[in-house]
Amino acid sequence: MSAATATAPNPLLQIRGVKTYYGKIIALKGVDLDVNEGEIVTLIGANGAGKSTLMMTIFGNPRAREGQILYQGQDITRTETHDIAKLGIAQSPEGRRVFPRMTVFENLQMGSAVPGMQYFNDDLERICTIFPRLKERLQQRAGTLSGGEQQMLAIARALMCRPKLLLLDEPSLGLAPIIVRQIFEVIKDVNKREGMTVFLVEQNAFHALKLAHRAYVMVNGLITMSGTGKELLADPRVQSAYLEGGRH
Amino acid sequence: MEVFLQQVINGITLGSIYGLIAIGYTMVFGIIGMVNFAHGDIFMVGCFVALIMFLIVTAILGTGGAAIFVALLICLIVSVAVTGLYNWTIEKVAYRKLRGSFRLAPLISAIGMSILLINFVQISQDARNKPVPSIIDGGITLMKGQTFDVVLAYKDLLIMIVTAVLLLVFWYLVQKTPLGRAQRACEQDRKMAALLGINVNKTIAVTFIIGAGLAAVAATMWLVKYNVVSYKDGFIPGVKAFTAAVLGGIGSLPGAVLGGLLIGLIESLWSGYFSIDYKDVAAFTILVITLIFLPQGILGKPEVEKV
Repeated sequence: MSAATATAPNPLLQIRGVKTYYGKIIALKGVDLDVNEGEIVTLIGANGAGKSTLMMTIFGNPRAREGQILYQGQDITRTETHDIAKLGIAQSPEGRRVFPRMTVFENLQMGSAVPGMQYFNDDLERICTIFPRLKERLQQRAGTLSGGEQQMLAIARALMCRPKLLLLDEPSLGLAPIIVRQIFEVIKDVNKREGMTVFLVEQNAFHALKLAHRAYVMVNGLITMSGTGKELLADPRVQSAYLEGGRH
Repeated sequence: MEVFLQQVINGITLGSIYGLIAIGYTMVFGIIGMVNFAHGDIFMVGCFVALIMFLIVTAILGTGGAAIFVALLICLIVSVAVTGLYNWTIEKVAYRKLRGSFRLAPLISAIGMSILLINFVQISQDARNKPVPSIIDGGITLMKGQTFDVVLAYKDLLIMIVTAVLLLVFWYLVQKTPLGRAQRACEQDRKMAALLGINVNKTIAVTFIIGAGLAAVAATMWLVKYNVVSYKDGFIPGVKAFTAAVLGGIGSLPGAVLGGLLIGLIESLWSGYFSIDYKDVAAFTILVITLIFLPQGILGKPEVEKV
C-alpha cells in the first residue's frame, strides 16, 4: 500500500496558489500543497503562520480569494462548507469546538450527520474502544469534560463522519505528554488500518514529523520547505526553528 | 372561591396562548441570538389568515355540527402554512444578510418588519375590529356558585390540550431528532455545525417556519377564544409572550410555556381581585422581581462550562 502510493501518488487534495484574506490583511500568500491518498501529511509552522487559516480555507470559511482547491479532482473552492463536509472531509478544528451544552453522546451523533445514523452504533462501538475515557462519559455534557477529553471528543466526532480525508488542527495542544502519545497512536492506526488520509497541523513538530509520510513548513502564509517527514526532521533549519535542538 | 377557580381557568387558557407564541421567540433567540420583534405581528397575521379562512369555509359548509371542526382544521392548516411563508420570507429578506453584522442591526430590521406588517394589515384589512360569530360554545360546569357557576368552556379545554400536545411534540423534536440536534448545534457553534455537514441557513429557516407555525396555532386559538381580531393584536400578546419567554428562561421550550402560564395566571388573578387596569403592571412587576433573583429565568440554565 505505502509502496504503491510512493510510486504513483494519487492526489486527494490539491491546493494551488491559494490566497486568503481577513478583510484587508493577507493570511495566506499563495499556498501550494498536495495530500495524496493514504498519506499522513504534516504541516508545521510557528504561531500565526496561517496553518489554521489553511485548514478552514479548505472548508470555504474563510473563502480563498485567489487560487484553487481541488478534492478528488473536483474544484471545491466555491463550494458551501456543509457540502464540502458531505464530500467526505472531516475536521477536528482549532480550539476543539465541541458542543458544550450537548452530551458526549449527542456530540458523536452530530458527527454521524453526514454518513447517516445507520452507521452510528457500529462507529460508536469503535470510538469507545479507541477512547475508553469517552465511553465512561457518554451522558456527560461536553462542556464539563477536561481539555484532553474534549480533544479526544473532537477527534472522535471527526472520525464519526467516516471521512476519506481527516483534517486535524493541533490535536496535541495543551495535552499531557501521555495523552499526546495516545492521540498520535490513534492517528497512525486509522491511517494504517483503514487507509484514512490524514492532514495534520502541529506545533509539536517532533512527533508530527516522525508520524508523517510527507511534511511542509509554513512561514508567514507561505510554504517554505517540503519533503518527507524524515528529511525535515534531519534538516538543520527545521531543527533550529521548530525542534530547538532535539526532543520534545 | 368561585372567582379564584374561574380566574385560574381563564389564566391557564390565556397563558397557553402566550406560551405558544413564546416558543417562537425562544427558538429564534436560541438559534441566532436575536429577538424577533416582528413575531407578535406574525401572530397577528396568523389571526387574520385564520379569520379569512374561517369566513370562507363556513360560508361554504355552514356552521352546524361537524362542519365547525372541519372549518377550524382548515383554518389551522392554512394559517400555519401562510404564516410560515411570511416568517420564512422575512428571515430571508430582512435578517439573513445582517447575521454577520453588528448585534443591533437585525433587531432594528425586526422592528421595521413589525411596523411593515402592522401597516400592511391595517391598509389591506382596514382598521376596524373584525368579529366572527362564537365558534365553540358550551362547557363543563365544575362548581355551582352563589353568584355564578365555575365553567370550563370547551374552547378553553381545546386550547389547553393543543398547547400541551404541541409542547410535548416540539420538546421531543428538539431533544431527540436529528433536526433538533442540528438546531441546538447551530445555537452553540454555527461554524462547527457547518463543518459537520449541517446546512446552517436551512436550519435557521426551518426554525423561523416552526416559530411562525406555532404562532399561527396560537392565532387560531385566539380567534376561537375571543372571536375578534384587529391589526393591533400583534403588539400586546407579542410583548406578553416575549416576557413569558424571558421569565421562563429564554432558549428553553418548557420555560416558554411555563412563563406563558405564569403571566396568564398573574394577569387574570389580578384582574379578578384587583383593578383590571393594573393587570399588566402586575405581570411585569413579577418579571422584574424574578429577573433580579433568577437572571437566567426560571428554567434557563446558568452557564457552567469549561472552554
